[in-house]
Amino acid sequence: MSTRAFGSRVQRNIDPQLLRGEGSFVDDIPLPGALHVGFVRSPFARARINSIDVSMALAHPGVAAVYTCDNIGDLDLEMPLLIPHPSMKDARTQRPLARGDVYYVGQTVAMVVAVDRYTAEDAAALVDVDYDPLEVEIDLERAILDEAPLVHQTHANNIAAHLVQVSGKPDQAIAGAEHVTRVRVQVDRSTAAAMECRAVAAIFDRVTGELTVWDGTQAPISVRGGLASILKLDEDKVRVIAPNVGGGFGQKVLLFYPDELLVPFAAMHLGRPVKYIEDRRENFVGSTQERTQIHTIELYAKKTGEVVALRDSFLHDTGAFIPYGIAVAQVASTSIAGPYRIPNIWVEFKAVYTPTVPITPYRGCGRPHACFAIERAMDQLADDLGLDRFEIRRRNLIGEDEFPKLREGLLFADGLPVSLDSGQYHKALEMLHDKLDVANFAAEQEKARKAGKHLGLGMAFYVEGTGLGPYEGGHIKIHPITGKVYVNTGLTSQGQGHDTVFAQIVSDQLGVKVEDVILVEGDTKAFDWGVATFASRAAVVSGNAIHKSALIVRSKTLTAAANMLEASADDIELRDGAAWVKGTDRQVSLAAVATATNPLRYAFNESAKAATQFAPASRHDGPALGEGQAPGLEATDYYSPPCATWAYGVHGAILEVDPEICSVKVKRYVCIHDCGNMINPMIVEGQVMGGIAQGIGGAMYERIEFDTDGNMINANFVDFLVPYATEVPQVEILHLETPSPLNPLGVKGVGEAGCIPVGAVIASGIDDALRPFGAAPFQHIPITPSMIHAAVAGG
Amino acid sequence: MNRGTIRPRLSATSIDPKAAVALTVNGEAVSAEVSVRMLLSDFLRHELGLTGTHVGCEHGVCGACTVIIDGVAARSCLTFAVQASGAEVRTIESVAAEDGSLHPLQEAFRDCHALQCGYCTPGMIMNILSNLESDTPMDLSEEGIRDMLSGNLCRCTGYQNIVAAVRQAADALASR
Repeated sequence: MSTRAFGSRVQRNIDPQLLRGEGSFVDDIPLPGALHVGFVRSPFARARINSIDVSMALAHPGVAAVYTCDNIGDLDLEMPLLIPHPSMKDARTQRPLARGDVYYVGQTVAMVVAVDRYTAEDAAALVDVDYDPLEVEIDLERAILDEAPLVHQTHANNIAAHLVQVSGKPDQAIAGAEHVTRVRVQVDRSTAAAMECRAVAAIFDRVTGELTVWDGTQAPISVRGGLASILKLDEDKVRVIAPNVGGGFGQKVLLFYPDELLVPFAAMHLGRPVKYIEDRRENFVGSTQERTQIHTIELYAKKTGEVVALRDSFLHDTGAFIPYGIAVAQVASTSIAGPYRIPNIWVEFKAVYTPTVPITPYRGCGRPHACFAIERAMDQLADDLGLDRFEIRRRNLIGEDEFPKLREGLLFADGLPVSLDSGQYHKALEMLHDKLDVANFAAEQEKARKAGKHLGLGMAFYVEGTGLGPYEGGHIKIHPITGKVYVNTGLTSQGQGHDTVFAQIVSDQLGVKVEDVILVEGDTKAFDWGVATFASRAAVVSGNAIHKSALIVRSKTLTAAANMLEASADDIELRDGAAWVKGTDRQVSLAAVATATNPLRYAFNESAKAATQFAPASRHDGPALGEGQAPGLEATDYYSPPCATWAYGVHGAILEVDPEICSVKVKRYVCIHDCGNMINPMIVEGQVMGGIAQGIGGAMYERIEFDTDGNMINANFVDFLVPYATEVPQVEILHLETPSPLNPLGVKGVGEAGCIPVGAVIASGIDDALRPFGAAPFQHIPITPSMIHAAVAGG
Repeated sequence: MNRGTIRPRLSATSIDPKAAVALTVNGEAVSAEVSVRMLLSDFLRHELGLTGTHVGCEHGVCGACTVIIDGVAARSCLTFAVQASGAEVRTIESVAAEDGSLHPLQEAFRDCHALQCGYCTPGMIMNILSNLESDTPMDLSEEGIRDMLSGNLCRCTGYQNIVAAVRQAADALASR
């Protein structure tokens, strides 16, 4: 291979299959005779269940079974608390089917299994549940007041967790500060809204005793572990496959959703394949959400604008349960100082139970909230001190020579201290300044204002801790028949293009075409060491594991080929699917090398003839495989990061606000972005643009709304506004590549990056546009036309 | 259920009233008895095994289930199978050549990285294809393309590359 695949805009291996409609999403897997699940869900945010009568449902033609908490055996349990943390006491998690109480509208109460989904839904409507509704408080700030009704009697003031983290000596620094800026910011609840809802199908083979589960999850290995332990099966008898998954964005990393346990259970119980295909409404009311936080942030500064200390106290809505622990709030609290030097930090949060859909990470996982808080506060500080928004950042950004920047005392979501490893923050800021032509914007804005148009410039910086541990692995094998390279890892892909970027890494080491590297992931029978796809970690953690494995296979291949070609290993090069003696036309294909390293008895093809025990080249001075040798060209290695590696970027936009109809049009959107060395810039840009589109949703459109009784009133795509092509702006992306010093490939994660700063960018831009109206700053997203109207009218 | 236990007797079918449908799908004549309330999307996917048509919302907003019915892009999740009787339906499975080689629109999607998870893609393709094949000329301005795409949600790409793919496909088809 003359050019490196790493760093190239290589087309994706997976695309032709998906483009022809030949993807295999869970509901595409043919399961003859499958039964279908419909759930009975709570219509109340908080209620006591007096009785459940399933007799009519059970008698309904086509119904195979109806399950409640009373006939699900070992599954009648509180599901696991995935990430324990000392800040939580007696953390509450959901039961697969409610016992005694329900805690949010949509909570699963009973499960009907029937011949088809239509019948299952009919029968679900026949299950008669007698409830006594209880008082609820949905509002986050009122939920912690003494008079608020409790979601769980075990938790006074609905406080699920309370954590204070301190870095440096904030008290001392605050005492010496010359200025304080205080803002209150709020980010509202949203949802991942992946295009494919969640889906689970299971089949139990009573001959082999094997349970196979297809699950649109981000974490099949963990699901297998949980299923084996809860269903009391041998791990080896449980196979979990995450096939093609239609977007995840965090929602699908949670385990367990009730269906993930109940569907396999029913398949075992009924002896038939069973599937549950979540519909969109169920995805809204039954699958986890994220975002609501209310921060009060204070920046203590010198008159020069240099921030000497930060205090932030925030409320985090965790919904009715806290199965994923404090991850979202912890990431928010430890990302709060953003890209700034700020040496002294005091940050506190309270995670609050509300009788609503539980909260687990959604793309960004606390980072968008923290970014919105610190960036809105920075803009305000600039205003307070009469400084430009770029200038206030210049005076506070961490310099290139200050890395690694340790924030001792702040423990990140991997349990390790926050340490920003590398970056060119100042350079990125100046790139944005140039690209947006900020120097000339004031004049342009003035001119537009005279013509009755209200232009605004918005900007925000962000950092993103990516590539969290604990570890991932990579298994590589050169196939002796085809010479193609098989790669396995413990992750799953929901559209990120793993099969291509991992192939690029391998391609460079083994000299094979990217399309000849075949990735199999998301199948516990293929590879079952590892954790999951989350936290922008795939390229960093699995990518480096696969790289390390590829180096071993490369070395084995060179040695074996040198033997076969009677040359020194130093003189061998790997390219075009073969090993060559450099500068000659002498070569041997990788398939032949792989075959030759596997001593054979049977000559099933031409290469195999050369590898049989009786072939002239085979070894006759001892066993065919020497002690410690293994057949074939194969290796497995692992990568465990020392800590997160921090990507960053700065976004800016020019937008136009029409104060009459309260609309916002984004005229330009510029993203300066650095995720270290890029494996495939095309895929990186795709990730960034997709993230920005979700950010635009969060900035202006997407808000899950509850009425005061806790009913979600926009649980559909008509009322919950996911942006279409008509709402998402064209994005201009400029890259910086500061290699991560923490891993061999020098890569950082990119999955979540795009969405993080968008809310702050849009708010900053609308502020700027509406300055003549004297409107108060926008500190609450999404910013709706009504909010703009109120600001313009009230200013 | 372990070996040795007797399998429970479970009903095999629902009691839904059935109706006969006969239609053309991807050029092939198809007839079946289906439940009168079966959605066309379910019929295509589960009765015919054409699982390339995806279902994203089942209330006609996301466009993932878009197929072409008698030359016009339509939501198969808002259409009953019985309504399609007598119609000519085309799905994503009909777009590539028989040997699997991609249609210029599919090629453009690949070139432009216009798909990530691929779930919305078949619906996108069928919508765009119906426009490319229409007698009404397409508005290939940025705004025109985005407007044409505004019945299809994509949660992964941010749409920009899809807009580019539409432009590339239109150019490729025009030059043929």
